[in-house]
Amino acid sequence: MTTTMTTTKTAPLVPAFDEAETDRKLAVICSKGSLDMAYPGLILANAALGEGIETHLFFTFWGFDMITKSRMHNLQFSPAGNAAMHLPGRDAHLPQVLAPIPGMTTMATKMLKKQIADVGVPEVPDFLEQIVAAGGHLWACRMSADMNKVTTADLRDDVEGIISASDFIDLTDGAQLLFI
Amino acid sequence: MPVTTLDGHEVHVDNGGFMTEYDEWDEDLARVLAAQIGIDLTDAHWKVVRFLREDYRTQGETATTRRVHAVGGTPVKEQFALFPKKPAKKMAYVAGLPKPHGCV
Repeated sequence: MTTTMTTTKTAPLVPAFDEAETDRKLAVICSKGSLDMAYPGLILANAALGEGIETHLFFTFWGFDMITKSRMHNLQFSPAGNAAMHLPGRDAHLPQVLAPIPGMTTMATKMLKKQIADVGVPEVPDFLEQIVAAGGHLWACRMSADMNKVTTADLRDDVEGIISASDFIDLTDGAQLLFI
Repeated sequence: MPVTTLDGHEVHVDNGGFMTEYDEWDEDLARVLAAQIGIDLTDAHWKVVRFLREDYRTQGETATTRRVHAVGGTPVKEQFALFPKKPAKKMAYVAGLPKPHGCV
């Protein structure tokens, strides 16, 4: 700030937190089960909840792994097929021929988890717990459940239900929607 | 930067009304700030506000809801109950701190 101009207001200047009572809703469809693709939906859902926006997450296809008890702790990140992957701390790309070598996915997963932890962002299961604590709603996709022979017993306890795509669309009437 | 008067205290604020001078804040002012946004401060609120003040002093940035949960010891659910709808911003406002910059 280069100016030092000061204006004095007589009425107190107060943030307009509740002035615009919002009926804004956000729907996030999580369709990916890799570690890197799990986060964007969670971060946006969490941000929306922090702004007082009603938020629903729908887990489908590979995104099911995020809410499946036996899998949610083991999401992985692979550089294979990811042409944007750089060598650690460098601008050079990781040659794709190296991406599928044994141990690469384990190493890349470990590195990404550390980077995420370093910025104070929780692991996926903890993050979902935080989202639910903030008032977020978790829903599982009926077709994915049927295909994989999964029942509510296999899913996180805070998943509110296994519902059809049309139920989800109905539930999120008027919502802004993100497909990830 | 605007200067605003709150219950006889002249304070520097940003354009959104968040205080910009750490040392202009005191606990009396916190009660006034809270009243402006319809909150009556209880012990549970004070625990959060005092954590935010102390954490800002050592970290140089406002704690996010995640940090208030993980380090400050007030669970996210409780933060939403104490500071409804927009806890991160409301907590920062009452504590006389800038809005948090962190995403989570």
